[in-house]
Amino acid sequence: MGGWGSILKLIAQRIALGVLLLLAVSVLIFMGTEILPGDVASSILGQAATPQALENLRRELGLDQPAIVRYFSWLGGVLTGDLGVALSNRRDIASAIAPRLANTLFLAFWAAAVSVPLAILLGLIAVRYRNGVVDKTISGLALASTSLPEFFIGYVLIFIFAVTLNWFPSFSTVYEGMPFWQRMQAIALPAAALTLVVLAHMMRMTRAAILNVMQSAYIETAELKGLSQFDIIRRHALPNAIAPVVNVVMLNLAFLVVGVVVVEVIFVYPGMGQYLVDHVSKRDVPVVQAVGLIFAAVYIGLNLIADIAAIIANPRLRHPR
Amino acid sequence: MIALPWLGRVPIGAAIGLFFTIVFLFCAIFAQWIAPYPGSLIIGGVWESSSSRHWLGTDNLGRDLLSRMIYGAQVTVFIAAMATALAFSLGSILGFAAAVIGGWFDSIMSRLVDLLMSIPTLIFGLVVLSVLPSTIPVLIFVMGFLDSTRVYRLSRAVAADINVMDFVEAAKLRGEGRMWIIFREILPNALSPLVSELGLRFIYAVLFLSALSFLGLGVQPPNADWGGMVRENREGIVFGIGAALIPAAAIAALAISVNLVADWVLNRTSSLKGGRGG
Repeated sequence: MGGWGSILKLIAQRIALGVLLLLAVSVLIFMGTEILPGDVASSILGQAATPQALENLRRELGLDQPAIVRYFSWLGGVLTGDLGVALSNRRDIASAIAPRLANTLFLAFWAAAVSVPLAILLGLIAVRYRNGVVDKTISGLALASTSLPEFFIGYVLIFIFAVTLNWFPSFSTVYEGMPFWQRMQAIALPAAALTLVVLAHMMRMTRAAILNVMQSAYIETAELKGLSQFDIIRRHALPNAIAPVVNVVMLNLAFLVVGVVVVEVIFVYPGMGQYLVDHVSKRDVPVVQAVGLIFAAVYIGLNLIADIAAIIANPRLRHPR
Repeated sequence: MIALPWLGRVPIGAAIGLFFTIVFLFCAIFAQWIAPYPGSLIIGGVWESSSSRHWLGTDNLGRDLLSRMIYGAQVTVFIAAMATALAFSLGSILGFAAAVIGGWFDSIMSRLVDLLMSIPTLIFGLVVLSVLPSTIPVLIFVMGFLDSTRVYRLSRAVAADINVMDFVEAAKLRGEGRMWIIFREILPNALSPLVSELGLRFIYAVLFLSALSFLGLGVQPPNADWGGMVRENREGIVFGIGAALIPAAAIAALAISVNLVADWVLNRTSSLKGGRGG
């Protein structure tokens, strides 16, 4: 079969493109922190710093080197797992990030584990009862919830479930060695907030992807054969819809990357998002660069998987003109 | 459907959206005249509940919450509107130029936009704000610049469609310059899909600004937009005080209202439905 060979080649091309993109993004993130009029040294020491102190700090931080030299030494460090030290507390960034990354992934995993099946199920229901009351209600709620800011959802959840009903803690404190169930209880509300943030969009796109399949000729044939609606969806539509739905899911998990930043701040959850926001206000540039790059890498990776799913799903994409 | 003066028959959803949009805009424009108290004046106890003197109660420092909401509307709407205006001027002119000029200019611009769009806007915004001061002009510039990428994509796609039409061909043959082609031939014909995109980009700017201010990186105290007000009052939530929910709900209400209006305009005006992603 020549088909699989060409698919593998396309996928390899896609991955190579992704790596190239990530390199370009690292340049962009580095440049983004170079646009300020002064430099990091003057923002650490403030207005009153003596020129001598500035000079010393610049040398210590390597700021007397040209930007290109600093970029490559930063990139070299990142590639070997050395993210440098934080300016604010002189701690190693990589070892500070590791537990926070694990926390964020834990939260994002459970949010995805709830939102993905739920979105697909709601999407299927909306397609089954297309243009009926159920579909209209789901679509209307989805439209409304895409306009809701994350903190509105988050604080309403806290207000109802933590303060009024007292079912969950309002701050999602987690620590090392915390028992699993206690940890699950702590992340219940932030995971619910994240789920609500991505659910609507994911459901709408799933609905569109499945509807697209439902309008093909073979579905009409199945209808004319007299199969029931659910049989048609289960046996004919779903197998063909899986790949586009995977594409939709990955794109929306990429949205989750952004949502997690705000949600972690709302629930005071010790993850990457909060770490990033804290250090942006401290103007701790090395930390911001490192965390920004990790977020961008995850985002690009998820989009890459979405692309690959699309290539597998759609034979027409395998033969680029 | 209900009948409105000037507009004719309007779906109920759009009419409600229009009503709230107008109310919010009115508050934003006339804040100085309609706010019952000055925005930063401490006039009562901390987190008083609503009363006849303070309709929405007071905030975390004892300032009148209704007045701060009205001033907050001004800050939010002003910054979001300016950022949207910047995004549209920058994005549409570059998008039209890319479609008309083509060649290397188009390739470089489009790859650059692809690159910028491959990072989540909030993340790149945070990276840039780690070195820039959070002043209002900086916020407008950063938000407008980042959002112009999406306007660029739409304008380029729309302009590429128009660029191959006969009247543009005719203008080129009679020797008009590129400026003429962009501003006299393409712009008038691209307006309708761009206008329907305007509302959606405005909502996006409101949500983006609110998120930044909520994270403490947007509008700085003592000024506050609605996102900043959520931040100021968030400690009250744990004690069962809902002051933070009011500005949060206002952001949601503004976003939903503008969305309803934009949807109606989109359905009404054009068959050219441009990209509505992101």
